[in-house]
Amino acid sequence: MKCRVCRGPAVIDIRRHNANFCAEHFLRLCRDQVAKAISAFDMLAPGDRVLVAVSGGKDSLALWDLLIELGYEADGFTIGLGIGDYSATSSGFARRFADERGLTLHSVDLPDDLGFDIPNGARAAKRAPCSACGLTKRHLFDEAARDGGYDAVATGHNLDDEAAVLFGNTLRWQREYLARQLPVLPAGRGFPRKVKPLVRLGEREMAAYCVLRGIEYIVDECPMAVGNKHLGYKEALNAIEERSPGSKHDFYFGFLDRAVELFRDAEDETVAGAPLSPCVRCGAPSGGEVCAFCRLVERAAGPTPVRLRPRAEAGAP
Amino acid sequence: MQVELRNPTRHLDVPGPVSIVALLARLGLHRESVLVIRDGTLVPGDAMLADDDSVEIRSVISGGSA
Repeated sequence: MKCRVCRGPAVIDIRRHNANFCAEHFLRLCRDQVAKAISAFDMLAPGDRVLVAVSGGKDSLALWDLLIELGYEADGFTIGLGIGDYSATSSGFARRFADERGLTLHSVDLPDDLGFDIPNGARAAKRAPCSACGLTKRHLFDEAARDGGYDAVATGHNLDDEAAVLFGNTLRWQREYLARQLPVLPAGRGFPRKVKPLVRLGEREMAAYCVLRGIEYIVDECPMAVGNKHLGYKEALNAIEERSPGSKHDFYFGFLDRAVELFRDAEDETVAGAPLSPCVRCGAPSGGEVCAFCRLVERAAGPTPVRLRPRAEAGAP
Repeated sequence: MQVELRNPTRHLDVPGPVSIVALLARLGLHRESVLVIRDGTLVPGDAMLADDDSVEIRSVISGGSA
């Protein structure tokens, strides 16, 4: 197997590109694909300050590394979710990555700072754990970006993530979710800009990027996610990809090119189109008097209102 | 050949020599879903693994959808 660029020994094949790459040219491919996504979707402008949502997994650490490589001012933000050893281990990878590179990593620890964890919070709020986790992450990332004056929140959603979410939303024709499944959501109505610079790269590529860059990350799956629908969609799509390389790319980018506009009016029918006002507890934009996150906190940890502040562990923004 | 499967971690003893493609097929794994790592670096898909090799097969699928 030879590298498509230099004809030297290849270390990875990417079947949807019908190409093999050596380490040097694979890493260059990753940087080029991220730069292309940022440019094509107007995700970031030169000089933007970016807050990277960091879990300690391969995608978020690779994203942080790639944004730094591309010259962006990118700080990290991580949340201790209180999911047993998994959370402690994943936070440790995030902290080590930041410390070794002298990067700024902000953090909030749910048990220490808010008095609840995801398993108990989900139970108290009668939500699925992944739902409670997603709500918590979105709220805290948004708040950290607003408080820190960041121009955008960058998340490590890759092509496999987006294709799997699209697959699930399409199976149920969830029009309001389809309308918002974009690589960039502009800032507005109190929310920061959200960008997904990894949408042109698959998760196998992100894992390979970490191996070749010497980035250590948590390999084990979150115990709360094991067996969830999202993983089932990924397995189904990978079975299709095995027989027909490029299917995931064509599915997702075909949707962006030819279908997402068909759902644009659905956004106005939901919370995204509803009037918002500041949550009386935390001030975040909310469709009701109290935002969904503060309701979760109240159910999980008691009625005391909470105003969060990110904790800088390696310097302040 | 010693094979370490990750997520969850298991250890298998598989006779070599065997190609990566044949090994993954024998284990029922999609090539899109895993990386094969030997001595800390990636092993390309057309490589042959010797009987005295030790490799890690690392799942690359993660399940958070939020």
